[in-house]
Amino acid sequence: MTELLSLYRTMVRIRAFEDAAEAASQGGVTWGGAATDKAAEVRVKGPLHLSTGQEAVATGVCAHLVPEDLLTSTHRGHGHTLAKGADATKMMCELFGRATGYNSGKGGSMHIADFSVGMLGANGVVTAGLPIAVGAAHALKIRKTGAIAVSFFGDGAINRGPFLEALNWAQVYQLPVLFVCEDNQISATTKSAPMTAGSNAASARAESMGIAATRVDGNDVEAVSTAAEKLIAQIRAGAGPKLLHAITYRQKGHVSVDPATYRDPAEVANALKNDPILRARDVLKQRGLGDQAAQIEAEAKAEIDAALATASAAPWPEKSAAYTDIMTTGEGVWA
Amino acid sequence: MTDFATSTKAEPRVSTMTYAQAAATALEEAMRADQHVVAMGEDLGRGGVFGQYRTTTGKNLVDVFGSERVIDTPISEATIMGAGVGMALAGLRPVVEMRVADFALCAIDELVNQAAKNRYMFGGQGRVPLVARLPIGIWTASAAQHSQSFEAWFAHVPGLVVVAPSTPQDNYGLLHAALASGDPVVYMEHKELWGMQGEVQQGERIELGRARTAFAGSANGNHDVTIVSWSKQIHACVDAAKELAAQGIHAEVIDLRTIWPWDKNAVLTSASRSKRLLVVHEAVQAAGFGAEVAATVAEHTDARVARLGAPRIPVGYANTLETESRVSAAQIAQATTRLIKR
Ligand SMILES: Cc1ncc(C[n+]2csc(CCOP(=O)(O)OP(=O)(O)O)c2C)c(N)n1
Repeated sequence: MTELLSLYRTMVRIRAFEDAAEAASQGGVTWGGAATDKAAEVRVKGPLHLSTGQEAVATGVCAHLVPEDLLTSTHRGHGHTLAKGADATKMMCELFGRATGYNSGKGGSMHIADFSVGMLGANGVVTAGLPIAVGAAHALKIRKTGAIAVSFFGDGAINRGPFLEALNWAQVYQLPVLFVCEDNQISATTKSAPMTAGSNAASARAESMGIAATRVDGNDVEAVSTAAEKLIAQIRAGAGPKLLHAITYRQKGHVSVDPATYRDPAEVANALKNDPILRARDVLKQRGLGDQAAQIEAEAKAEIDAALATASAAPWPEKSAAYTDIMTTGEGVWA
Repeated sequence: MTDFATSTKAEPRVSTMTYAQAAATALEEAMRADQHVVAMGEDLGRGGVFGQYRTTTGKNLVDVFGSERVIDTPISEATIMGAGVGMALAGLRPVVEMRVADFALCAIDELVNQAAKNRYMFGGQGRVPLVARLPIGIWTASAAQHSQSFEAWFAHVPGLVVVAPSTPQDNYGLLHAALASGDPVVYMEHKELWGMQGEVQQGERIELGRARTAFAGSANGNHDVTIVSWSKQIHACVDAAKELAAQGIHAEVIDLRTIWPWDKNAVLTSASRSKRLLVVHEAVQAAGFGAEVAATVAEHTDARVARLGAPRIPVGYANTLETESRVSAAQIAQATTRLIKR
């Protein structure tokens, strides 16, 4: 299978997963309000942050990671998790709050994680993943495993102090970490640009600390992949931290039930034309791989349909599980 | 430097509005009356995440007062809070929006070490009249980082006033009082109350530190038990008290409204008569503010005391897990009966 087909598969799986999760969340918690009366039949109840339109970033970066590499993510973490190799069914079970989900129903979408593939967790607190990734990279360096850490974050996240602290730390200790800014140009309901000083701030702030930054069209999966491959190779070779600044667009509202009426319809229409999956499909067609692309789409749909069926039938956590995995005063070894 | 005198008297009238609109109305009135009042936080230009910066007519406060007084900020909690302290020291009365209390933890130095200590540490030279809005409470299926109730943490910090309104009327009157305060007020609204409708009598402040009787146990004041609570949990307590009344048990429910300073007088008076006190809160029971109320009542009266709060578990995502953190009216009724039989 050629490179682009493989990238295409990852993007399409993410899209299929999120489309299904979105449908299962409609009528759930309204944003900032109480549950609606439909809530009982809603299968994904909590806040669901979709990465629709941003799939190329997760895909292009994670294509160059191995399970030993560690990853921290944001509140918008489905794509990162799937691209890092997580299982769609266990993810869907978690979004449905079921005992068979990745977090045993304790975390939901905003805390999706698969430690078995090095995905250390989506996070409900903006910017919180960066210092954690830096610590993970520090550990990898001390333990000389040869693996690297990657942290995805949004363009809004660069205005919190921990962003600067994490970048500085990574550079001071020359850590094997790739910072990936998914610049979708918006933070919740507020445009990021007027809230952020300087231009190309994610790149510029990194460069001010001596961390090389690469800007890339985040809707061109091949471009992201090429850029990430190069940076990751440098980091693995001991070159210290790097930053990848991917310009993309958030096609949906901040959460699945947010109609995003605050956006200019013309801007949205324009952005939809620049959809990374459509773009990749066009390229595949040009290369005579249209049939394979169609087959990948069918397979992804079948995979997610099966995930939905499994998740719907999966058991709820027992009440007693609410009291487990909190803390212990006894021994614990974390290998 | 400016003086902090405010005249927030609005025209007295009664209207029905939501808990969110009640706060927006109070803020709008205060901003009209005092040009030093400003509000800042993430997404305020959109009326706030919960619409708490949107007037009853659906207008965003930024459209009424302009972006110099309703300030959209970067995602920078530490600086939102720290800048609030600086603005206050330089003569403004900022309302500092923290979206949910959980994110105020990103601004904890600014609130606990800077805002709270300024007046004392500098020998009374400085005053920090800021209102930090930190919405608390479980928010359906929002899991462990968006559902916490931290009122006890802030009650523990000298220099902070802590408020937790339970009704639209109280959210209106208490926010007015908080805005008039010359010192930092941690103002904790409950995320699952934003949409609650109620009558609001405009034009009145509610004094900080004054409890209210949310349910009178009996006509003559001879109730069997005193139940003390605040915020959203008041409504479960009132439901429980009604259920108990049907069984012939008279419970007086006291809504503290202000967690610090709390209305010891009201609680001690009621508990000395009933000889039984139950404190109920949504926050984790262990080391919660209920412990303070219970201990105080035990020290000053011969009442038997009991507490009811959430188990010491993070709030889970799945409904079965989340429910374990919710304190229901049935549990309150049970705890009350147990206390009476004890
Ligand atoms: C510390 C903190 N502040 C505020 C929030 C609320 N919040 C959640 S997502 C978000 C916008 C984040 O924007 P960005 O980092 O650009 O990521 P995007 O949502 O665009 O992917 C905000 C303000 C939060 N979760 N954590």
